[in-house]
Amino acid sequence: MTNDPRRDAALALHRFGLGPRPGSIAAIASDPRGALIAELERPGAGRIYNPELKTSAQASRIAFEARAARQAQRIVAERARKEAEQLKAQGQAMGDDDAPADADAAKADATKPAAASEQPAGPTIERQMFLAEVKARLDAASVAEIGFAERLVWFWSNHFCVSADTVPNMVGGYEREAIRPHIVGRFADMLLAVEGHPAMLVYLNNWASIGPNSVAGINRTRGLNENLAREILELHTLGVRSGYTQDDVIRFAYVLTGWTVISAVDNPEHGAEFIFNPRLHEPGPQRVLDKSYPDNGVEQGREVLADLARHPAVPTHIATKLARHFVADEPPPELVERLAKVFRDNDGNLKETARALVIADEAWAGEQSKLKRPGEWVVAMVRAAGARSAPERFVRGQALLGEPMWRPSAPKGFPDDEANWIDGIGQRLDIANNFAERIAERTDPREVVDTALGPLASAETRQAIARAESRQQALTLVFMSPEFQRR
Amino acid sequence: MASLVHLPTRREALIGSGALFAWAYAPKLARAEGRDPRVLVIVLRGALDGLAMVAPVGDPDWVGLRGDKALVLDGKTPGLPLDSFFALNPAMPNLHRLYQAQQATFVHATASPYRERSHFDGQDVLESGLARVGARDSGWLNRALSLMERDARVDPRGSRGRAFAVGPVTPLVVRGSAPIMSWVPQTLLPAGEDTQMRLLELYRHTDAKLARALEGRRDILAMPQGGGADIVTPQDGEPALLGMARVRKYFADAGGAAAKYLAQPDGPRVGALGFVGWDTHINEGAVGGALAALLGALDEAIAAIEKGMGNAWSETVVAVVTEFGRTARINGTDGTDHGTATVAVLAGGALKGGRVIADWPGLKRAHLYEDRDLKPTIDLRAVFKGVLKDHLRLDERVLAARVFPGSGDLQPMPGLLA
Repeated sequence: MTNDPRRDAALALHRFGLGPRPGSIAAIASDPRGALIAELERPGAGRIYNPELKTSAQASRIAFEARAARQAQRIVAERARKEAEQLKAQGQAMGDDDAPADADAAKADATKPAAASEQPAGPTIERQMFLAEVKARLDAASVAEIGFAERLVWFWSNHFCVSADTVPNMVGGYEREAIRPHIVGRFADMLLAVEGHPAMLVYLNNWASIGPNSVAGINRTRGLNENLAREILELHTLGVRSGYTQDDVIRFAYVLTGWTVISAVDNPEHGAEFIFNPRLHEPGPQRVLDKSYPDNGVEQGREVLADLARHPAVPTHIATKLARHFVADEPPPELVERLAKVFRDNDGNLKETARALVIADEAWAGEQSKLKRPGEWVVAMVRAAGARSAPERFVRGQALLGEPMWRPSAPKGFPDDEANWIDGIGQRLDIANNFAERIAERTDPREVVDTALGPLASAETRQAIARAESRQQALTLVFMSPEFQRR
Repeated sequence: MASLVHLPTRREALIGSGALFAWAYAPKLARAEGRDPRVLVIVLRGALDGLAMVAPVGDPDWVGLRGDKALVLDGKTPGLPLDSFFALNPAMPNLHRLYQAQQATFVHATASPYRERSHFDGQDVLESGLARVGARDSGWLNRALSLMERDARVDPRGSRGRAFAVGPVTPLVVRGSAPIMSWVPQTLLPAGEDTQMRLLELYRHTDAKLARALEGRRDILAMPQGGGADIVTPQDGEPALLGMARVRKYFADAGGAAAKYLAQPDGPRVGALGFVGWDTHINEGAVGGALAALLGALDEAIAAIEKGMGNAWSETVVAVVTEFGRTARINGTDGTDHGTATVAVLAGGALKGGRVIADWPGLKRAHLYEDRDLKPTIDLRAVFKGVLKDHLRLDERVLAARVFPGSGDLQPMPGLLA
């Protein structure tokens, strides 16, 4: 921490939060660290309570039913169209005057539902549910006092990412069900919630993985899929090249066979929910990372996950990622060591780890060197202006900025270092220009500078803003200034 | 004729940054005379260098002030003569043609009551119609509208009157209690060249890595069919335009679309547009450079408005105004800094044009405002009051009390209309 409490407050909001809202800097200036920690102490920190949102399983079932209904509509329409054509052809062949009229009437009836299904009046139910999830996430980010808890949600959601390309109807529910309840809980619990979640089981193909010696494996030709087991070891827990072998991957994949998802085709009540199916499960004990696990069904996987969560490689892996995300692309080694120690000493307690991060002097020492990720930056603009963002607009903007909503291109998630994002600065300029245009009529750029940057604003930035030719241009420059782009 | 009026579709929304009309009001007194007057206000944001647009070529001190940057009649690109004293920038042939047809008037050495040099405050004073800084509730054109009679032919509760939420960048001049409609831009218009340059300048002083990244993007945009093409999605089959070509298209599209609505028999009767990009601190290029290109774009927009108005052009006044002028002298970076008096343009078939109206203050050092700017000798509010009184037939006392409060001593400029 520096000697300037207002500077620390502004830094806290940008580095650990989602950027200042009007009055935020003053509100936490007396104790920026305390305010950050207090956000994690709040009951329900990280959770979203919104009864209108569907669970991931409900959303999947609704989407399945809607898709099936649309398909049926298309088939009915196509059938009617063919019949109408046939009638018309017959009528013409027989020279019957009445036949064409009947055929036309039948055609007209038939095309109605077809037209309705091809060009629905609004977005599909799937799209509506997706946008509702985006809105809930955006709202949580917009109203948060600082946004530290939300930033942790975003961090863990990216660490344990799934993709809307594979599970479009589950991504929002997944984050609320598997990530949010655990951001101030224990790593082991989050790990178990994540790896057993249908969204992850579908995303990383485990739903279709079958033990070769299981009942289903013997009866069918299909077999093992080691994708989930590998990514748990490589990405979610130990980290790449941390000592596990290909045999560990295979054995762990055997352990996880049977962790699958109820089909919505057969089960309209429980489709898309998790189920352990013993018929797919590889029988027998498995040896993973030099420990043997007896075959006790679903418990076998739970035990491996519990041990993985406490594996000595995990604290360093997680501490490095956390420090890299919040503090610097190349975080101070002392900081990483301290976070790892706290993680280890507190049995993966994520609240204690987050607390260690914000009380560490190293976390405050450096300049604003991190380039904000697109989502953090867009939300910071919205907060600084005291505005709200429409979910559709946000989704479009995120796609343009290369961080499409819940849609990372690989299980590794979106990258966290500057080199991956800095060339998007031109797109950010266009987005900032567009946003500034929308808010210029009711927003004073000089107030936004004080709100959003306050003591962080450089003399150069203040001068550029004072000299801007319009409010829009001034606002664009505030949002594009290095102090606002970085944290 | 209601079928002629329709709501702007997405396609018509163009990349406009908010032309805006009040729909439910009509100038009753003018109507009683059998006229159907239209007013369109164009605000040039960033402070237009009035001396670069309409140059005092007959002033003996002119060339001394600007040197080889001075627009003259016998230069490589000679100015277009307006009278024995003033010449128009050659980038504006359409405006010159209108001037010769008595359909354009220039008012020079004019300024709003604002005497400081902040763009934001200056634009607020220009558009609010109030002499003091900080009033942003309503603009003078909206207040003028609200004082006009309700037009019985248009139901303000109907879809035409109120269906539109106020869109982005509604110019302050038309904001207020009178119901309004506006465009909402549907596509992402990239940040302008000027904004990019300013940002790059900021990065160069503060963040070398961001500067390099932004330079990279500028290089791409400068290439034919560059990476910028994906930013503004061209409408069906239209090629993506870059840089100045995009600005010209934008000005002309916005002006033309505004005219199309104003021209309709029961469409709106007043509107406003804002054009940005006039803050020419560096490499101004009044003759054959950047500013000349921008003036050319404005000239094409005026031509597009004339065309879009059709027969209604004869009942139209377009006012082109800016928050303040620029320094009389060229600065150290071949540009001009924030100044005071400038030029205002009136164009339209309803005018008694073909004149440059000025109480010329002279350009000698002693005559410059604060030894740097063209001195203001005509209050711009008098010009606005003249148009509102004689064109829209607003009462002079109402103008002094409500539209431009506190301007009782300022007479509406007479004789502007034909």
